[in-house]
Amino acid sequence: MYGTGMLKAFGVTLQNFLRKPATIQYPEERLPQHPRFRGQEFTWYEERCTGCASCAKYCPLGIIKIVTDPSGGNDQDGGTYKIEQFDIDQARCMYCGICVEACPYDALHMGTRFEAATFRRQDLLITIDDLRTRPKHPSAWFRPQLAREGFDPFTEIADWREVGRETYFWHPKRPEMVPEDLEQKASSDGEYKINEGNN
Amino acid sequence: MSLHTEPVVVNIGPHHPSTHGVFRMRVTFDGENVQDVEPVIGYLHRGTEKLAEERQYSQVITLTDRLDYVASMTNNQAYVLSCEKLIGVEVPDRGKYLRTIAAELQRIASHLVGVGFFLAELGGFGGTALMYCFRERERILDMFEMLCGARITVSFMRIGGVFQDAPDEFWPALRKFLDEMPRYSEELNKLIFESEIVQARAKNVSVISAEQAIDASMTGPVLRATGVPWDIREAAPYDAYDRVHFDVITASGGDNFDRFLVRMQEVEQSLRIIEQCYRDIENGPVRSTTSLLFRPPPGEAYVPVEAPKGELGFYLVSDGSIAPYRCKIRSPSFISLTLFKEMLVGWKLADIVVSLGSLDFNMGEVDR
Amino acid sequence: MGESLAENVVYRNVYEFAIGAFGSDLAWLAYAIATFSLVFLFVNVLMLLATFYTWAERRLLGRFTNRLGPNRAGPFGLLQALADAVKLLTKEDIVPRNADRWVFNIAPIVMLASVLMAMGVVPLGKNTFLADLNIGLLYLVAVSGLGSIAVLMAGYASANKFSTFGAMRAAAVLISYEIPLVMSLLAITILSGSMSLIDVVEAQSIPFLLVTPMGALIFLTAMSAELNRSPFDITEGESEIVAGYLTEYSGMKFGTFMLAEFAALIVSGAVFAVLFLQGWKWAFLPSHVWMLLKVGFFALLATWVRSTLPRLRPDQILSFAWKFLFPLSLINVLALSVQRLVFADDHGNLQQSDLWIMALSNWILTLFVIPILIRLTNRSSKISTERTIELQLGKGV
Repeated sequence: MYGTGMLKAFGVTLQNFLRKPATIQYPEERLPQHPRFRGQEFTWYEERCTGCASCAKYCPLGIIKIVTDPSGGNDQDGGTYKIEQFDIDQARCMYCGICVEACPYDALHMGTRFEAATFRRQDLLITIDDLRTRPKHPSAWFRPQLAREGFDPFTEIADWREVGRETYFWHPKRPEMVPEDLEQKASSDGEYKINEGNN
Repeated sequence: MSLHTEPVVVNIGPHHPSTHGVFRMRVTFDGENVQDVEPVIGYLHRGTEKLAEERQYSQVITLTDRLDYVASMTNNQAYVLSCEKLIGVEVPDRGKYLRTIAAELQRIASHLVGVGFFLAELGGFGGTALMYCFRERERILDMFEMLCGARITVSFMRIGGVFQDAPDEFWPALRKFLDEMPRYSEELNKLIFESEIVQARAKNVSVISAEQAIDASMTGPVLRATGVPWDIREAAPYDAYDRVHFDVITASGGDNFDRFLVRMQEVEQSLRIIEQCYRDIENGPVRSTTSLLFRPPPGEAYVPVEAPKGELGFYLVSDGSIAPYRCKIRSPSFISLTLFKEMLVGWKLADIVVSLGSLDFNMGEVDR
Repeated sequence: MGESLAENVVYRNVYEFAIGAFGSDLAWLAYAIATFSLVFLFVNVLMLLATFYTWAERRLLGRFTNRLGPNRAGPFGLLQALADAVKLLTKEDIVPRNADRWVFNIAPIVMLASVLMAMGVVPLGKNTFLADLNIGLLYLVAVSGLGSIAVLMAGYASANKFSTFGAMRAAAVLISYEIPLVMSLLAITILSGSMSLIDVVEAQSIPFLLVTPMGALIFLTAMSAELNRSPFDITEGESEIVAGYLTEYSGMKFGTFMLAEFAALIVSGAVFAVLFLQGWKWAFLPSHVWMLLKVGFFALLATWVRSTLPRLRPDQILSFAWKFLFPLSLINVLALSVQRLVFADDHGNLQQSDLWIMALSNWILTLFVIPILIRLTNRSSKISTERTIELQLGKGV
């Protein structure tokens, strides 16, 4: 042979032989996921959504389709559009989370699952009925108030009043969305400055 | 009486266990000696530059993740730095430190992949060193999940900083990683670099000189392995690199072994950088603007960063609208491939995959 | 007929049963039935051991790489070999259009046949052998050459450049490593005075591993090369030429090649145990169990080496054979011949005390010769063994 360097390699392999294997026996065991995990099956709060379609505008792939009925009337006075269709096409979604980041009313959240595979591609389309009826497990991605409260999105359900941020993003004409204890909750998670009209 | 022989053309095709992605080569062999190599690329072309022209500046970040899919943080960083120069946005300090930490972690992960595949292609069962490297990489990917919710296609950085602050459980995990990693890298050194078979296979094979490397616009570990101490983090620092001390690793051989050795040593330097960032980071905002819509003035910008594979840069041209007019990606892997014919001619079949691995290219970057 | 097998329990019982059933006029029929049943038993044991080794190797390789091996098919994954066999049997059998059909189809059969023929001489325990040839070692060498012919057939017959590469590499490697292998077997013959494997076991009052460590080392290395195992597995170097000579095979033909390769490993483990580890001779446990344990030790060693060492380049393999192993085997044969001349009595027998003295002198010789030879080899192929890293650390920021 060429020399003794190879014997050290044998030592390393032997050392690893005696170590506990690093295998996780899926599906009986699972790796722990972080609450910030960007998963499938979006969480949508109809009570907060106004139908502004910012999520659809900012999606890089254009998979969100929102059809609203503008004949509701008082949309300029702080009302909401009547949403007729809200489709998210999960087959082409890349789970980047920009839609969540863009929503000004904290109505759309990422989900937590990664096993939502179906047998047909058409079943991957999430319609508005799915969004309404599915249990609400919002991921803590881009929602620092959820993370700060120690919310565990894998087991707990969040109500629409608990998921709003306490910054300036609430609609000025929807006072019922402003939490009562605003002073306590209005801390800065990074001090978002009010942007100077870039929007 | 001499035997009449003919060189044979073998197609080492896109389906191969050892090309780094879908890469095709037409190699002309004389026995086992390589006479000519003709690369064929384009199997992973997805039109990133064209797609970038139709998306807003903040939406392009998700496209850049998928370029070099092994090292997506640095892709994000390169793009965001160019955007910030174009738009004129400052990044707060804590954002800079977080970016540096993320980029250095990504460098460690990418180099682990490169070194692991080095031994896999040498034939170390395709297991052993690869599995050990991936085990360490898993910890880094878990930390990325803590930071931004995804492991590979991270989209962590935004124009103006980082998208959100690191959670509280990130810092103990980082501390644990920093404490345990030196032991594992020492183990990898013993397994890989001190073994004589590896040295016999990789030393003095596919040697390139410094002049050849500079002529071919090589950057990154390939250039540093030929002896040229060029590192963009030191020459043109960005983010927090002007506040940390680290060494630029060079080696003088320019052969396969030196390229991998430089990568392994860079892992240790990255650990040093992360230590300093961990010590120096202070509280504060991580993002200077939460806007997602930007309308920069007409102009152009190019800020190169030191990606794990070389110099990566986005040349952005703006015409005043919300989407870039032109986004040209200077990817290091594409430029590395221009040199590999000179690297391979004259060597043997068994050296092809090792030399390709030592260039450490990624087809996502080459084809974009 | 079959007097050498008369002590074999299975043979004797079946023979007497057949004689009782057919009468002693048809003694040839009884002989045929008895030998057939013995052969049947041997072949099945070998095949079972080979399939068991596929499972064991995957589990062991998994543990060496810090993970579990197959553990889903049956308890601890024991039925994994069965699952693989079923999968291979149900695959489509593809023959390339330009392939040479006859040669393509026969190559796996030839490979398996060579292994099964080699099994004929190797004992698996006390009085458990198929034939006690007095040229047993020579027969083994001849039959293992047949295996290399099968590799060449497979590589030639698949009209695929990768297969041709694999076959040519196989030819080169197997030819180069025949000679050190034969010479280490020659050393054993010198020590034991006979080529029959049974006589070799009888002659080992101390294991020949202790008496001739050089011979054992040469045998292990040359046998690894003959079996196409790491670090010499360039013929099926998965990362370079996909699967070498096996590329075009699918279904059970591929399975036969794999089975033949693993069976060859078991057979060489048994040969190693017989030649160097005193075969079945140790106490406290039945002889078959000892043989199995020794074969298992060889298999463990082979798996450990496979998981640790990367493979060598073909020209390095050939230079290793010709520049290192060949002189080493010559030195080995020379040393043993000299020692035998000195120590053997008139009948050509060696006493146990003589063997101990030979062992001591051989170990000292090994510890001297091997470093010198390594240095000479490295100098001639310009390999430096120090870690020559000239890292210029930059000036820092």
